[in-house]
Amino acid sequence: MSGANRIAGKGRLTPARTARFTFDGKSYTALQGDTVASALLANGVHLLGRSFKYHRPRGILSAGPEEPNALLDVSRDSARRQPNVRATVQEVFDGMKVESQNRWPSLAFDVGAVNDLMSPFFAAGFYYKTFMWPKKAWHGIYEPFIRRAAGLGVAPTEADPEHYASRYAHCDVLVVGAGVAGLAAALAAAEAGARVVLVDEQPEVGGALHFDSGLTVNGQPGYDWAQATAARLAAMPNVQVLTRTTAFGYYNHNFVALAERVTDHMSNPDRKLPRERLWQVRAKRVVLATGAIERHMVFPNNDRPGIMLASAGRTFLNHFGVAVGAKVGVYTAHDSAYEAAFDLKRAGVAVAAIVDSRQNPGAEVLAEARRLGIEVLSGHSVVNTAGRLRISSMTVARNGGGAAQKIVVDALLVSAGWTPSVHLFSQSRGKLSFEGEKQRFLPGTYAQDSLSVGACNGTDQLQAAIEEALAAGELMARATGAAGGNAVSLSGEAAFEWTGGMIGASEGAGPDTTVKAFIDFQHDVCAKDIRLAVREGMHSIEHIKRFTTNGMASDQGKLSNMHGLAIAAEALDRPIPQVGLTTFRQPYTPVTFGTIISHSRGALFDPARKTPMHGWEEAHGAEFEDVGNWKRAWFYPRAGENMHEAVNRECRTVRTTAGLFDASTLGKIEVVGPDAATFLNLLYTNAWDTLKPGRCRYGIMTREDGYVYDDGVVGRLAEDRFHVTTTTGGAPRVLHHMEDYLQTEFPHLKVWLTSTTEQWAVIAVQGPKAREIIAPLVEGIDLSPDAFPHMSVAEGKICGVPTRLFRVSFTGELGFEVNVPADYGQAVWKAIWAQAEPLGACAYGTETMHVLRAEKGYIIVGQDTDGTVTPDDAGVAWAVSKKKADFVGIRGLKRPDLMREGRKQLVGLLTKDPSVVLEEGAQIVADPNQPKPMTMLGHVTSSYWSENCGRSIAMALVAGGQARMGQTLYVPMPDRTIAVEVSDMVFIDKDGGRLNG
Amino acid sequence: MLLIYCPYCEEERSELEFRGAGDAHIARSTNIAAISDEEFEAYFFLRENPKGMIFERWRHIHGCGRFFNAARDTVSDRFVKTYKAGEPKPDLHPAPATAATVETYEALEGDAQ
Repeated sequence: MSGANRIAGKGRLTPARTARFTFDGKSYTALQGDTVASALLANGVHLLGRSFKYHRPRGILSAGPEEPNALLDVSRDSARRQPNVRATVQEVFDGMKVESQNRWPSLAFDVGAVNDLMSPFFAAGFYYKTFMWPKKAWHGIYEPFIRRAAGLGVAPTEADPEHYASRYAHCDVLVVGAGVAGLAAALAAAEAGARVVLVDEQPEVGGALHFDSGLTVNGQPGYDWAQATAARLAAMPNVQVLTRTTAFGYYNHNFVALAERVTDHMSNPDRKLPRERLWQVRAKRVVLATGAIERHMVFPNNDRPGIMLASAGRTFLNHFGVAVGAKVGVYTAHDSAYEAAFDLKRAGVAVAAIVDSRQNPGAEVLAEARRLGIEVLSGHSVVNTAGRLRISSMTVARNGGGAAQKIVVDALLVSAGWTPSVHLFSQSRGKLSFEGEKQRFLPGTYAQDSLSVGACNGTDQLQAAIEEALAAGELMARATGAAGGNAVSLSGEAAFEWTGGMIGASEGAGPDTTVKAFIDFQHDVCAKDIRLAVREGMHSIEHIKRFTTNGMASDQGKLSNMHGLAIAAEALDRPIPQVGLTTFRQPYTPVTFGTIISHSRGALFDPARKTPMHGWEEAHGAEFEDVGNWKRAWFYPRAGENMHEAVNRECRTVRTTAGLFDASTLGKIEVVGPDAATFLNLLYTNAWDTLKPGRCRYGIMTREDGYVYDDGVVGRLAEDRFHVTTTTGGAPRVLHHMEDYLQTEFPHLKVWLTSTTEQWAVIAVQGPKAREIIAPLVEGIDLSPDAFPHMSVAEGKICGVPTRLFRVSFTGELGFEVNVPADYGQAVWKAIWAQAEPLGACAYGTETMHVLRAEKGYIIVGQDTDGTVTPDDAGVAWAVSKKKADFVGIRGLKRPDLMREGRKQLVGLLTKDPSVVLEEGAQIVADPNQPKPMTMLGHVTSSYWSENCGRSIAMALVAGGQARMGQTLYVPMPDRTIAVEVSDMVFIDKDGGRLNG
Repeated sequence: MLLIYCPYCEEERSELEFRGAGDAHIARSTNIAAISDEEFEAYFFLRENPKGMIFERWRHIHGCGRFFNAARDTVSDRFVKTYKAGEPKPDLHPAPATAATVETYEALEGDAQ
């Protein structure tokens, strides 16, 4: 038996197919196809949670994704656990474990309920006026307490072991929603020959047909017709039908994102299946058939377990076969709720009364109620309810005052009418228009190629909705070029034509009251909170929303927006269209992060770029660091060495003997053409005409505003051919910068640019023995000092393969950079290593590279510069040609601020205590005893222990630095102040003689 | 995700293949070394931020690599026209082909009508 409240013969589930699950430790039987909500209701369980702020007992309010109350923790195991799951959406699978949230020690007895008693202190916006005194109490007391108390669910702590998939889809017509209107539109479009994707968030198509039992299409019960139509569509080769799939976001140019739930309803899903699948759909046309969502009535104590939307009561009965109570009341301002009473009565459930706040209910439903013997109290309102963990009675009074009567009920179905679901339309940047007659927002002006049909477009009458949808489907199909084909005709009949609907507070919850009449259940926002916000001076709907948090929970105001708006408009004494709506944002309902991320996590988050010598480096114990997407050998620790020891050894070895360094990651651009030199003259500050083939020069590139953008050695291979190098991180943006000017500013120049960063492996051999190491391997190039001086480049062979050999140095030692085609990189490295190792040379990494260049005062763009440093600031003004008529940056450099006295300039810093190593980024002041805030002169840009100098060294940007040589400055740190002396940036071999070895 | 028509490839491709490159038709003076501070400020820093039609540059960086221009409505993100680098600024009237310019959300809230 799957629950005492299951009515035999009602519902569409199969009694024999059961599933077992637990809720708060207790075991229950469900039927396959049940949601957690329907299964619990079948077993008489109405209390599912405690509200966010007041910890009031809460139950199931709806039967769909708009559910604000019944949020549960659902798990398969400790890792596959999800909090805040809507019980009305989650299907039961065998073995599921469900826990309630936000209560201690238990749902039935929750200590947090004291908040309800203290509620005057927790009115809307209370935190803007509290938790401020004493100031010190915030960190130790208030914040930890608030953090523990905040939120509903508890986040899982284990990594998500599930995998998620993602795919793109293109179609002619995307139809969102497979209710009557959506199915009709899809049918028309498909029969017209268009490629159609039809998507619906529920496990089965049908939408409102799940509950609307009085409706037929082509003579068939609506729901049955829907299933048959979906099968017919799915069988067509040009149609794809996706269920359990929510269209959660409408983006630019008819790009719509769908989240398909693949395994969440399965007991033992195949591990090969993704848990969810993201569909990124580009549709030529979109038809929105998203229906409407019922809203609740706003009256005192309208939130007790057992109070739910009328259509939800019908869904639980007609689809799941579950009676939500034994003595059910109805409180409504709309005709549709009457049909809930009719269905229950006919199923043998007692209906206490229909309380209709309208003086004149619809004539048809009134007549039917009388025929069924159901009492209707029109012109009456429910002004209170009773029952702590479940509703036990409703208090009813005639509108405008009058004797109140208590009517016993164990469930109360409410309806204030239906709100068209315009979320996706609004996300598409369409403009809404307000229909005053029925007090609702409808699609107005479209921004994209789409149409809305059915209830979401305000077309409530069944046949009108069908006609509208068929026409839209065919129109959209033809617009995409579909040939047209079989016309579709459908005929629908509803049991009743509905009238009515209201928004705002009902009797007993008006402006003169201070009762708890809930608008937003998930955030515990009451009607009086909206009025409080207005009194506090919040006059825009955006401010009212944020002050009260109305509509900000995971249900995103699906039930509360219109009520909040109406109450605000009344308080502001302004018409509703003038108050306006807050923005509808993606996603429509919550989306799992895994679905968005898909496979892009862990090792697949970012591509890892490796050099041709990576394998050798790994095999020789290198530790790697990330430089952008590159993996670069950082240092090579030998047995027992820590990082400092390894780096110190590498630094010593390079200057005494030699070292091998992988410089392959540096950007390389081949600049070729008759105008190559002219082009480089425009892009760099240097004059390139004077650079002869076979020679190299250090180039500085500035932006148009005069600041250093990149640097690198440029070698001239021929009159019309340059080998340009850039920083590792700057390679893509320098090439982009060059292409920008070439294509759009200087398109007349005959030059073309090719990225060769990955085409050349670069092996730097640096140190006194560098020539000795490579000479035996090199052919075709005279390496003697006179023939091949510092800053030369030549083509030849090394180990039998082509090489561009540069004599350049970033260490200040005799040095070469061996460029070979990348595929030969590792082999040539090994051959060079075979020469180098016996001589006592070592391999060195990026850390040593940084230290050695700093010892020589060579800057690193992006470390010693930060986009606000000019060539002169950085001490490389010599690289800026004074003769050129134009280059990028020529005018920017002449701006007053870039030419003034006192600019920050790069200098060296020597700590008075040579063993102290400054922290990069540390601030520098002249007077350490000045009051705060101190005048800061600049900061430390690079700082290292220099084994070769036997002391620490540093570079820093200091205001007026060049004029402060020898001055003592101070670096205040949290624990001490460090005294430093301003010095030259070159700490070793000031004459540079070692370069000419 | 935007769909952008590359005038060189003559195809509509997704935004992922492109990189925005700022305002179009900003002329760099042929004698830039001699312009005044105000002229340089206007050239390098000052930009309109129009609600409505903007003329901007895009580069088909994961495609043909070419820079081109586009006329786009900044409110609806509708691309009215794309055209090759070097072609003159097209004479377009503010109202694009479909319905009236869509208001921003902020205005929507104030006067949903």
